[in-house]
Amino acid sequence: MAHRQFPAPRAEARFGLGLRKPHYAEVLAGGAPLDFVEVISENFMVPGGRPRDTLRRVRALHPVALHGVSMSLGSADGLDRDYLGRLKSLVDEIEPAFVSDHLSWTRAGLGHDGMQSHDLLPLPYTQEALDVVCANISHAQDVLGRTMLVENPSSYVGFAASDMTEWEFLDAITQRTGCDLLLDVNNIFVSATNHGWDAQAYLEGLPLHRVRQIHLAGHTQRTIDGRGLLVDTHDQPVPDGVWALYVATMDRLAAAGAKPWVMIERDDNIPPLGELLDELALARSLADARIMA
Amino acid sequence: MSLSTLQKDFCAWLREDDTVVAARLGLADSRGLPVYQNNYRGALMACLSEVLPHTVLWLGDQEFAAAAAHYIDAHPPVSWTLDAYPEGFPAFLGEFYPNDPEVRELASLEWHLSECFVAPDAEALDLAGAGAIDWESAVLQLVPSAKVMTLISNAAEIWSALAAGETPPAAITATRPRSLVLWRRAFTCHYRYLEEPEVDLFAQMVAGLGFSELCQHLVDQHGFDAGIAAAGGFLARWAGEGLLVVPSP
Repeated sequence: MAHRQFPAPRAEARFGLGLRKPHYAEVLAGGAPLDFVEVISENFMVPGGRPRDTLRRVRALHPVALHGVSMSLGSADGLDRDYLGRLKSLVDEIEPAFVSDHLSWTRAGLGHDGMQSHDLLPLPYTQEALDVVCANISHAQDVLGRTMLVENPSSYVGFAASDMTEWEFLDAITQRTGCDLLLDVNNIFVSATNHGWDAQAYLEGLPLHRVRQIHLAGHTQRTIDGRGLLVDTHDQPVPDGVWALYVATMDRLAAAGAKPWVMIERDDNIPPLGELLDELALARSLADARIMA
Repeated sequence: MSLSTLQKDFCAWLREDDTVVAARLGLADSRGLPVYQNNYRGALMACLSEVLPHTVLWLGDQEFAAAAAHYIDAHPPVSWTLDAYPEGFPAFLGEFYPNDPEVRELASLEWHLSECFVAPDAEALDLAGAGAIDWESAVLQLVPSAKVMTLISNAAEIWSALAAGETPPAAITATRPRSLVLWRRAFTCHYRYLEEPEVDLFAQMVAGLGFSELCQHLVDQHGFDAGIAAAGGFLARWAGEGLLVVPSP
């Protein structure tokens, strides 16, 4: 479908927010200094009513990125046809700038014999998992008729059977499927802390020229069995450690010639819009000092 | 272990904290495993309480959480959308509280309202612009959001009071069931009880009822003049309430 209904993104469109319900009215009133917004795809994959109407009106004001949580790219049993059909319908109507989902799985089995976890579950980084994920990404890209972005996950366990690192796995899927990356800086921070990875080695190993979008978010420290663990809760401001990793990331992206769209992602304990816009302004100034230099 | 088996085991562990299953997962470090079970149960619990807020108020937080925990134990989600998870909960509550039919009916009303909210859009019939309709062949059909429920309790009155922040009435079980229709007009959901003559007509309109059939039905019951007047009255009321789509010929 041609871009007739909605304005095309401006070339410099790069800084946005994950749009959540408490901020719908303010954003729809217009004037928010946002280059784009990202929404959770599944919240709008409904037949009709107010959610879909809200998204149409948001889209009339801003470029939109669709971010999914239930495609289950890592499912050994393939993708859900109903899910893909509904996402395709939404994509065709909204004409999003990007469509993304996670390097994870949410479902075992299919249909009523399967089970949905409604959580982003971890994958072992093995050749079998790589084949599964690549087949699923290719299937999704074929149905949607576009390149997808795949996001690095936060994880709390690792598998003894893994025979490659997460960044090697992400590099491999971009090479085999042509997909691009959504790099969640907080997720790198969380997973690197939980698993003892070197975050700089993670960045070094990624195909940074494939990064189209950046997520910035907060996390929570929990203690389990006397040991600290970071949990990707999206209920806090972006912490200092994530800002520092963001600066390092943007330095590397600038060197790679990448100009990803950057956004603040907040899903719980949602503050007034102004607080998120302040965080976004900081993200913009830190990036402008690098990529725009 | 194949990825398929690993994923089935992982899901089995999410449902039940079994150390044998956890050991089969082949984790390099399992200390973070409880985070996933906490996320799983937390998301389902939050979903049920968000879709059924007045059922939570009616039962109380602890009672609702206990019933929801049993439901979560017995019914893992199967749909890609979390929105579908509460669908079976009203029937479950009917078994959990067999002597309190208002609990199931209150939850069922809230479930259908949540469905109504996102039902397909449709152009509602506006009689002011209906001059071109061929009423001889027109078929009356309810808007896609319309849902007819049968209630034996005063769950609708309980819902209304709770929604208004008022003290709800005591639960009452009626001697005869009543039918209630709920539907969406623009972006607002409505409901009302059906009058006795409407009950059969609404059942037929779900599949489509010819306007001429409606007239004939009412003429048979009330005679020609009164029957035609009654048909006109029903048509005006239903269209005025936004219950009908533009008739197909």
